[in-house]
Formats: sequence, C-alpha cells, structure tokens
Amino acid sequence: MSQRRPRIGVVTFPGSLDDRDALRAVAFMGGKGVALWHGERDLRGVDAVILPGGFSYGDYLRCGAIARFAPVMDEVRAFAGAGGPVVGICNGFQILCEAGLLPGALIRNRQLRFVCRWVHVRVETSLSPLSAGLVAGDVLRVPVKHGEGQFVASAGDLDLIERDGLVVFRYCAQDGGVGEADVPNGATNAIAGLRNELGNVVGLMPHPEHAVDPDVGATGGQSMFASLLFTALARASAA
Amino acid sequence: MRFRAQVLVQLKPDLLDPQGKAVEGSLPAMGWSNVSDVRVGRYVQLDVEAGDRDAALEQVHAMSERLLSNPVIETYRVLDVGELAARESP
Repeated sequence: MSQRRPRIGVVTFPGSLDDRDALRAVAFMGGKGVALWHGERDLRGVDAVILPGGFSYGDYLRCGAIARFAPVMDEVRAFAGAGGPVVGICNGFQILCEAGLLPGALIRNRQLRFVCRWVHVRVETSLSPLSAGLVAGDVLRVPVKHGEGQFVASAGDLDLIERDGLVVFRYCAQDGGVGEADVPNGATNAIAGLRNELGNVVGLMPHPEHAVDPDVGATGGQSMFASLLFTALARASAA
Repeated sequence: MRFRAQVLVQLKPDLLDPQGKAVEGSLPAMGWSNVSDVRVGRYVQLDVEAGDRDAALEQVHAMSERLLSNPVIETYRVLDVGELAARESP
C-alpha cells in the first residue's frame, strides 16, 4: 500500500546554510523533502516550497536582493500566484520581501549586532501554511540567528498589514506578553513573521527547522512544520 | 560611447538608520559633540556602454530601481552620468 507523503521542496541558493536542516525537519515530521536548485526552472512537482536561511549570493548587496532574480524564483513566483504554499525562513523571508511576495523589508538589527538566541513567538492567526494547526495566542519557543532581521514597512503598508491581520508571529515573553525587551532586533510592532493577503505565502525570521528534534533542544518548530505538511497534503489531495 | 554613472542609495528618511546612529554615537567621544542626523548610505559607481547619454541615464535609472536599491526602504539619486574620454577608459 502506498502512502502519500507531502513533498516539500527546499531551494538551495549559493550561500544557503539551513537547507539541510529544513530537509531534515520535513523528514522528521513525516514529509518528503525534495532538494531544489536555484539555477533550475523546475520545482519537481512539489506540494510546498521552503526558501531556507543562509546568506544567498553572500547577501553582498542587500539580503535577498540577488537571490530574488535566480531562475528558480520565476517558478516560485508562479507557484505562489497559483496558491501554492511558500515559506521563507530568515534569508528566505528577506528574499520574499525583496521579490515583492511579502510587504515590507528586513534591515540591520536596531542594536547593529548579530543576534543568536532562543526567543518566544506568539501566534497571531491560523491563516498561514506555518500556523494552520495553531491558534492565536499560542506561544512557541524557537531560535533566531540574524544580523538583518528588523522588520520595517511604510506607514501605509503597516496599516494594511495590521488591518488585514497579516502578522502571523510576534516576538513575545514566555507568557505571551509583548514588550520591547522581547524583540531581538527592534522589529516594528514586534513582527517576527507575516503572510500575504491570500494566506499561502509566509515569511519569518526565527528558525523552526532548528527546533523539531527533542534530542537537540526545544521543539517549537514541530507544530509549524506539522501545519506546513498538513497544508501541503491538503493541496496535493485537492489537485 | 562609454559613460560613468554615480548613484547614491540611502535609507528612506523616516526609517531609523542603525549604522548612522552608531557613527553618530562615536563622534562625541572623539571630540565632535556638535554632529547630528548621521545617515550612512551606499555609493555605486559603474560604467555603461551606450549610444548616447539619455540611453545611459535611462538604463542607470532602471538598474537603480530594480537592483541597486530596494524602493520599499531606500531612495536613490543619480549623482552624475558623464561621458568618459577614450583615454580614461581602462
């Protein structure tokens, strides 16, 4: 008897670091990871796409600025336009913003220093591929590691983001309260992750792929990956 | 013809500039306590082969909008586009 497992593509750009961890997290949670290459215009029929963390093309100009023009991104853009689930983690989030698939941008951390630590994030909506199995108010423990993670947006975009409920995750304290001390990078409105209007594209600075295996720490990423696998499987079944 | 273009990219004025703040914070310790509003930008110089200056300028604007700057957070200014004499070309 064959078992249909959701196939999650993970794109490797030159300078990607967390592609292997993302593939491993997909497998750990019961999905099938599919390695994708930045130079190929082919998503290999996957049910969802992850743009992983790292420093694509060295991030030499701006984070994500060059990766945005990689051949595979034409396919990712078309896939997202057709409602396919797309997740950007850290550098992947930066790429999605540079590509205009998500509003706003990520700039240098307010304190200027690279930050590498565990944080808590509060779920703000179930309406994203990473939170479909979660409820607003849930608090997850996940790590961050970035130098350019301060989310900013124009006043107009920010109004729209908040009005339409596009914020998916906010940095918070363990009890879910949001205070400035809990925001590791000075992000506007403590925004750690957000989705597009359609609800199929989501980006976040924290790294759920580093937090699925209890042998190596907290498991706040499990429910995010479970949500992604569920979303991908539902889409595959509907196709 | 070969033209040399100079483009200045800066964070939008309403965005906090962490690099500028860091520089600003260091200056008083060096004796310059009368400095404020430090903004750090990016200067890009490039040479373009084009039929005339208008064509070069148009291309520089296109490149600035698509790659050199991110219009969401940055503004750019073309400081100069000037023809290079043949002897200046390497």
